[in-house]
Parts: sequence; C-alpha cells; structure tokens
Amino acid sequence: MTKTQKSKDNLIQNPKSKIQNRKVVILSGNNAVANALRQVDPHVYPGYPITPSTKIMETVAEFIANGKMQCEMVAVESEHSAMSAAVGAAAGGARVASATAANGLAFMWEVLYIASGSHLPIVLAIGNRALSAPINGFADHGESMGSRDAGWIQFYSESVQEAYDNIIQAFRIGEDSRVRLPVMVCLDGFLLTHTSENITMQGDDEVTDFVGPYHAEFSLLDPDKPVSHGLSDPPSYYMEHKMRQQAGMEKAREVIEEVGAEYGKRFGRPYGLVDPYCMDDAETAIIILGSEAGRVKGVVDKMREAGKKVGALRLRTVRPFPDEQIVRQLLGLKAVAIMDRSYAPGAVGAPMFQEVRSALYDYRDSAPPIVNRIYGLGGRELRNADVRNIFAELDALADGDATVPVIQMVGLRGEPAPTWEEMRPLETPIAVAAKRGK
Amino acid sequence: MSSLAPDVPANGLPIWDELPPGGVSEDAGSTSRRTMGFWRGGGQRPLIDLNLCVQCLHCWVSCPDACFILEDGQVTCINYDHCKGCGICANECPPMVNAIVLVEERRFG
Ligand code: SF4
Ligand code: SF4
Repeated sequence: MTKTQKSKDNLIQNPKSKIQNRKVVILSGNNAVANALRQVDPHVYPGYPITPSTKIMETVAEFIANGKMQCEMVAVESEHSAMSAAVGAAAGGARVASATAANGLAFMWEVLYIASGSHLPIVLAIGNRALSAPINGFADHGESMGSRDAGWIQFYSESVQEAYDNIIQAFRIGEDSRVRLPVMVCLDGFLLTHTSENITMQGDDEVTDFVGPYHAEFSLLDPDKPVSHGLSDPPSYYMEHKMRQQAGMEKAREVIEEVGAEYGKRFGRPYGLVDPYCMDDAETAIIILGSEAGRVKGVVDKMREAGKKVGALRLRTVRPFPDEQIVRQLLGLKAVAIMDRSYAPGAVGAPMFQEVRSALYDYRDSAPPIVNRIYGLGGRELRNADVRNIFAELDALADGDATVPVIQMVGLRGEPAPTWEEMRPLETPIAVAAKRGK
Repeated sequence: MSSLAPDVPANGLPIWDELPPGGVSEDAGSTSRRTMGFWRGGGQRPLIDLNLCVQCLHCWVSCPDACFILEDGQVTCINYDHCKGCGICANECPPMVNAIVLVEERRFG
C-alpha cells in the first residue's frame, strides 16, 4: 500500500478528521515552517535573520503584520540575543519558537545549553548550511551536528512535508511533562528551505487541537507560584540536574513515537525515530539523514527492479540517538555504509559513523562491516552514480574484500579520493582499529 | 549484577528526581535569608547623605540587589548585608545631587 492510499483510508476510518480543512498547497520549506508556526501561533518569536532560513522570520513577521498571528515578534541585534530572549520568554511561561542556520546557530551556542539545562521547550528551525570559513551558503549538517550534545532534541527532515509535520510535533514533544526539553527541527538549506513541494497542510483548527494549549509548570510571571530561574548550582546539585536532563532525553524516545503515531492516526502521516526503506530482506544498506535520503531511496527502487537486495535507513532523530532501532535494522545485513553530510576533523570518521559503530559494539560478533562516506559538504551535489557506487563497494565488502576503504569523501574531484587511513602518516593503534581489526 | 558503585549519602539533600527540573527554585527570594555583603570584599561601599538626598528614588529602582530600604516611600538607609558594591546607585544619583559616594572598604577597618 502506498503512503497516499494509507492516508486516505485513515481519513475515512477516522470521522474526527476535518478533511474539508486540509488542503494541498505548493510551499517552500521555509514557507511551510512559517505556516506551521502560524497555525501553532506561539506567544513569542525572537529572531535574527540568516540565509537560508531568513524567509521563515520574514513570513512570520508578515503573518503577524496581517493579523494572522497573535505572536509577539522580538527583533534583536544578534542570534545570541535571539536565543537569550527565547530563554527569557520561555522562563516567563511563554511558548517560544525561532529559526536560524549555520553561523547563527554557532553564535547561539552558549545559550543553547542554557535553554536545555533550564528545561525550556523552545522550538528552533534550522536551515542546515555549511559553517564558515570558507564562507558558503549551502546545505551541510555541520552546524547542527556540532550542537548535537547541547541537550536539544534534534529532528532531520527528509522533505518539505516532513519539515512542516516535524514543527507541529516538536511543540507536543518538547512540552510533554516527561520531556520538557528544547527541540531543533533541521531542514537542508536550499534543498528544502528554498525548494517548493506539494504538501498537505492541515486545517488551522486541527493543528490547534493537536498541539493543545501550553501551561508552563514554572513561570516567572505566575505570582501565585513564585519561582526563581537561572540560579547558581553548586557541585552538590549540578550532577543531579544533569541526570534530570538525561531522564527527559530518554523519555523523549517514547514520547516521539507516541506523538508520531498519534499524528499518523489523525492526519495520515505517521512518524517514528527511524524510517526504514526496503530493509526487511535487504543484504546491504545505506544509513543517511536529511533530504538526500530521497535520492538514496530512489536508487534503492531502481536497484530493486534489477533484483538487488538493497535498502535504506533514514535517521529522523539524532538526539535522542535511536541506537536500538538502528541495531535492530542492521543485524543480519552483510555490509552497511553510513553517509554523513558533516565531518569531524581529526576524529575517526564523521559523527553518525562514530555513533552507529559504537551502537553496534555490543553486537560485534554479528554486526555487519560498516564504512563511512562523507558527502555533500557545503552543498556539493550527490549524484545517483555516487550512491550506486557505494552499493557496489558494499557488495565487495560483503564478499570479504578488505581493500574497500573505511572512511572516504565522495564527490571530491580527482577520483579516487584518498581515504582517512591513507592520509595517516603512521600505523597507529587507532589506524589499525579503523581498518576493522584486520 | 547491579552496580557496585558505593552509595553517596544524601545528607538531607534531594536526590535527582525529587528536584524541580532545570535548577528552578520553588523557594523564590531565598537569597534574602543569606548575608551576601561579604561579596564587596576589598571593593567599595556606598554611603548615602540623607541631607543631600531629594528622594527621587533612582537608587532604589536601579539597585540590582534591592538594598535601599524605604519607609513611607522615602529612602532611609542601605542594606549592607546584600550590597555588592557595584556602584550603580552612586552613578544613578542625579549629578546635581550626588548624595551617594563610594568609599573604599579598607577605610572601615
Ligand atoms: S553599590 Fe550596588 S548593590 Fe550596593 S546599594 Fe549601590 S546599587 Fe545596590
Ligand atoms: S538617587 Fe540620590 S537623590 Fe535619588 S533617592 Fe537615591 S540617594 Fe536620594
């Protein structure tokens, strides 16, 4: 059954769905995010514009000016101030949203930790873009990957539709009393932010009803229940508070699944922590996140037509990291490639490779060999041929070919690109480990 | 086998899931029960001359530690148990009045 059939059936079975309110519209990613924000109508939007997510702030400002949102927009002088204003407003009990990208997110860095450490469920849209230098305005997951340990829940959207759906769910997930953490919704710069797509936009009342009203448990502006925020934490308390944060992140796993399932029931588009594609009988697979998952799925379709047992696994969340779901999908496979749209200079492979490999360690006797392919940095185009080539390498790896490189960039001029192993001057113990214990 | 890590005695402090999240304190204003004036250290102490004061209340409104004590809406004295010696009050007192001066702490012995 295709996705469209599924959603239609769901609507027929669910009389509560107000089908007359939903409509198919052509929207860019930025416009879709702005429309989701219009429908949720948070109390405060502190913002500072930056390419490629400027249009989100512009559109929200337009909605406010035209009386379509009650939201208070706070125009500030920098992203550091934008996130600071978001923290202040959220501590005051407001529902808060904002958007940024690349260097803007980097400038928010200090305050990202204050938002998460204070358990303030702010929703932040990221138009993923490469960090300078050299200055580059195009798709790259470097900035959000860099902030993956800032204590925020992180979603990576595959499509404009998903970016819209993720924003709506983000409020429910972040505000859930079991979680109460800020949420980043990432969408690839230009590939999603500026690309128009047919999407189904739910009715305003459906979204209001799904998200529900927000009641901050600890508001600075509630005179009946006075509280202090932002106090200094001595060594005798700090670890207890970090444990509390961890508990919220762990609970987020079930809350994300619950909210994604309810969203599917109501609106016909269910979501989970991971998105497996043709994985049931796959022998080799590519793990990827973001918009290029669509390309990998397309190549999988073509290769399946030719009888190849290939699959794709898209990670929808990076925090919390869906290790169990990944392991469940990977065990029994013959070879796997992790595709990262970011890299970590001097580390053994890019962030998702490190984490997937670490998740497999407890299952090392039955885990497939895995390799890392770093692609698309600074908006470098990924071609179908690159994906097919990675699947061919996985076939060789499955056949025991020890010459298949472990960590390598794809799409670099002057093929074949040197591998991480080749660039090492010495045969260090880590270099040996990187060669899968050969 | 469960953890072999030795218990850390709670010593009357809350354990992690008994605390409100995010370092929030439901005991707002608890600092008023502590003396924090020693933070002035070897810095400066503001002195107010009520003979010069015109009761504009600029100092009262701008002191970050709410140190100015009012009686019947009039400034009467400074609470040195909470004054950190930042000098904002002396700066905010109108230049024509200058009722607050900052004096080095060591001169008080
Ligand atoms: S020096 Fe600072 S803390 Fe002390 S009374 Fe003046 S404004 Fe308040
Ligand atoms: S600012 Fe100066 S004049 Fe005004 S109330 Fe304070 S001490 Fe008096």
